[in-house]
Amino acid sequence: MKIHEYQAKELFQEYNVRIPESIPAFTVEEALEAYDKLNRDTVVIKAQIHAGGRGKGGGVKLAHTKEEVKELADNILGMNLVTHQTGPEGKEVQRLLIESGVNIRNEFYAGIVLDRIKKQYVFMVSTEGGIEIEKVAAETPEKIIKEWIEPEDGLTQEQAVSLGQSLNLTERQIVSSTDIFMALWNVFNEMDCSLLEINPLVVTQENEVMALDAKMNFDSSALFRHPELNDLRDESEEDPSELKASKHQLNYIKLDGNVGCMVNGAGLAMATMDIIKLHGGEPANFLDVGGVANPETVANGFKITLSDTNVKSILINIFGGIVRCDRVAQGVIDAMETIQVNLPVIVRLEGTNAKKAGELLNNSPLDFLVADSLSDAAEKAVIAAKGGVV
Amino acid sequence: MSVLVGQNTRLIIQGITGTEGSFHGKQIKDYGTNLVGGVTPGKGGQTALDVPVYNTVREAKKNTDANTSVIFVPPKFASGAIIEAAEAGLDLVICITEGIPTKDMVKVNKVLKKYLTRLIGPNCPGIISPGTAKIGIMPGFIHEPGHIGVISRSGTLTYEAVHQLVAEGLGQSTSVGIGGDPIIGTTFIDMLELFAEDNDTHGVVLIGEIGGSAEEETAQWVVENNFTKPITAFIAGQTAPPGRRMGHAGAIISGGQGTAADKISALKEAGIHIAESPAEIGKTMHNALYS
Repeated sequence: MKIHEYQAKELFQEYNVRIPESIPAFTVEEALEAYDKLNRDTVVIKAQIHAGGRGKGGGVKLAHTKEEVKELADNILGMNLVTHQTGPEGKEVQRLLIESGVNIRNEFYAGIVLDRIKKQYVFMVSTEGGIEIEKVAAETPEKIIKEWIEPEDGLTQEQAVSLGQSLNLTERQIVSSTDIFMALWNVFNEMDCSLLEINPLVVTQENEVMALDAKMNFDSSALFRHPELNDLRDESEEDPSELKASKHQLNYIKLDGNVGCMVNGAGLAMATMDIIKLHGGEPANFLDVGGVANPETVANGFKITLSDTNVKSILINIFGGIVRCDRVAQGVIDAMETIQVNLPVIVRLEGTNAKKAGELLNNSPLDFLVADSLSDAAEKAVIAAKGGVV
Repeated sequence: MSVLVGQNTRLIIQGITGTEGSFHGKQIKDYGTNLVGGVTPGKGGQTALDVPVYNTVREAKKNTDANTSVIFVPPKFASGAIIEAAEAGLDLVICITEGIPTKDMVKVNKVLKKYLTRLIGPNCPGIISPGTAKIGIMPGFIHEPGHIGVISRSGTLTYEAVHQLVAEGLGQSTSVGIGGDPIIGTTFIDMLELFAEDNDTHGVVLIGEIGGSAEEETAQWVVENNFTKPITAFIAGQTAPPGRRMGHAGAIISGGQGTAADKISALKEAGIHIAESPAEIGKTMHNALYS
């Protein structure tokens, strides 16, 4: 789960992570009020969307007067911000953060992520602040300094000091950086984050180390420990059909193609997308209906798949294990009797009671194409999506 | 023959009285697995699936001489259940539970280093040695005893692979789902080490997916350790968009890392036979063995 920069910074304040003074604004009027309240010569107006690269996309601007704040806030609010992380379609800006300007001496990077190989969290810093860290990792990996964290100790004082030293900070600056690194680890650990990135982390002219930006993601599996985070979820940042699917406990991701698919199990769902592509088609979505493919989940799956108007055919691929294929087939029949499905539906059922399921589908007055293998199903679905006869 | 589970298995179910535990427990027992007991705190002294229920794993082990456990407890309690099984001295723990917080698994991984207990999973379908022991949620009847080892990060895609193997006349020595989470116990490499030693395993199917670098590490291991049995691999997620979690917590391409293309090229370089299509896993294994 992702949150906005301003929300992350509100959490930072609770954990004593040093940040510039800032106030969120949802309207131009609020932005002007924030400017008055901050009472600084320079403020930064920052678009709040769930994606990085906002500066380059024109979503972060400096303002020195009230008039400038008004003009810039007006421009940025409602703009469609395109960054390397939003994709070409961009994201509409609905929220701003008005932040006091800071006199920057140096810019760095700090981040905490999971190291899957070492099975530990790793605290990373780099002198290459303000630019994409993926680029640094690919081109000059030696410029990323890492400290691996033992779960029972957390980030130690020694490790925090050593991270500051690796950035060639002065002794006085290290006092400040150690504080902020320890505080960042505390918020990461206590809030069950999956990623925390500060880019840039800055040293000010006054030799204070501060988080100028904040990217914070949470481990979805740990949200039961933090019910308060529910209030921070910005549903407007999510694809409407994906949001709807998640409310039905379905795992759906919208893609660009025209062959819709409905599958049980995440691995098989990915493999189904892959085989559609291998047969010359493009998958319209990832959809895992999970272990219980009953009439209700199948009906909801249909509704969500059909809500994508690009979809020209639907491939249902179920490998029955504990879930019996005949029950899934009945679910498909029941769902199609209640929802208008005007597209070719190709069904491939294998595993428990597959034969019985095939008979049910074949005897139904509804118009299914029953496929006898995975590749047969993919081929039929791709031809049907292209308007061909199968 | 088989690895890890078979005729010597003495199994207990942690969470035996819960919905999942009792439902799958019955199928595990019906398959012929040697189920000797169960654990549900507070329900010690009762009977479930015709075996005694204990309050703790330690008690269960003392009374039944269990060596293996399968965990069907909710995510909130699952990490504690794994640690309890390790502390009680079981040889093998299979955790089916999906949705355990990553932080909990980081801790579990550290604690397990103190014990000899092997963990399979979490977020996995379990392990089966066809004909002798089924410990998990996979449909037993699709499997046949034989000589192929199967190792997979997936669930239903593993069943698909097994189904194709059987269609090619290839049974399985042992088939294991190692789990779809970012942090798992037993890895591809751990399983290959076991299959290398097992004379009854003649070939191995690997089912990988996007995210992490387990497949790349496995490719390197295969080369460095001169693993000679033929391996066939399929990697799911060739069409998955970057930055999106594809169902499994561990299936995500992040910062350009963990793509299917990178994994496939590493595996190919290691001499592993790649099934380009998920419909050709069985056929590719067959060809690797006999041509």
